[in-house]
Amino acid sequence: MLIPKLHIPDGFVNLPISALFGLLSIVFVGIALRGAAKSLDDRTTPLAGLTAVFIFAAQMINFPVAAGTSGHLVGAALATVLVGPHSATLALTVVLGVQALLFADGGLTALGLNVFNLSVIAVWVSHFLLVALRKVLPKTKSGVTVAAAVAAYVSVPLAALGFTIQYALGGTGTIPVGTVAGAMIGTHLLIGFGEALITFMTVSAVIATRSDLVYGWKPELEIRS
Amino acid sequence: MSKVTKKFYTYFFLASLVVAGVLSYYASSSPDGLEKVAEDTGFLDTAKDSAVSGSPLADYGVAGLDNERLSVGVSGVIGILATAAIAFAVFAIAKKFKSGANN
Repeated sequence: MLIPKLHIPDGFVNLPISALFGLLSIVFVGIALRGAAKSLDDRTTPLAGLTAVFIFAAQMINFPVAAGTSGHLVGAALATVLVGPHSATLALTVVLGVQALLFADGGLTALGLNVFNLSVIAVWVSHFLLVALRKVLPKTKSGVTVAAAVAAYVSVPLAALGFTIQYALGGTGTIPVGTVAGAMIGTHLLIGFGEALITFMTVSAVIATRSDLVYGWKPELEIRS
Repeated sequence: MSKVTKKFYTYFFLASLVVAGVLSYYASSSPDGLEKVAEDTGFLDTAKDSAVSGSPLADYGVAGLDNERLSVGVSGVIGILATAAIAFAVFAIAKKFKSGANN
């Protein structure tokens, strides 16, 4: 087996809490389904689909972060800057669905936990950070790319915090929450560097060639300033 | 859609195919962050097999394909095609909400 398991398996978190996050995820995915239309037109809709495709591919590439530990791209900040938060939520959810159903990666009862952490927490943290950082960073392509990389970095430990909260509420293990929290956040502070680097490189490439398709790049800001 | 945009999207798709179909073989197979934390802190044994753990594509391989490079590569390509099919359907539906709201 070459590719390690990437997502929360069944069993880590009990069924009631898994169901609760399943319901929360349905609500947020429903909101995304209604909200995505505003940024989807004939030109940008294929980019949303291809963003999901690229994230599936990139998540297969685990990179080493410490002795015996690897990490992988989430892609939430990447998707958010390319296609906006609603489409990003949908793209991540499709990826997690395919991984859980076809590849047995991420449990079926744990799907709501995974969707909540990656498609909801990581995406909306990225969105709010992108909005805030764009106000303080130069309104240039490099500014947007750096904002995406910073959002990418922060989104990873916060997604890990999402799991920690789920474990605190319904973890079936007997390990104290504090121990799990420290290990999860510590490890993911390292994995965040990989997330930031891949996001930086990918956004750089797309924004250099087709900035007109990028949701987080509004050229009118440049014209007005 | 213009020819240039179609070309850009084609390259984007091909890049994903190369990543999932070829580069995936070179990925680190060390446990991922969450699994490593579960192992080190001691709750990995609470994991249960997925109901679809018998899937012919389980763990990003193709059942019956013994060549590891081929197995992970083909599973990656199948994953790309499945993700593309579902994602394009989902975004086609999401896009329709706009015309619905405007009518």
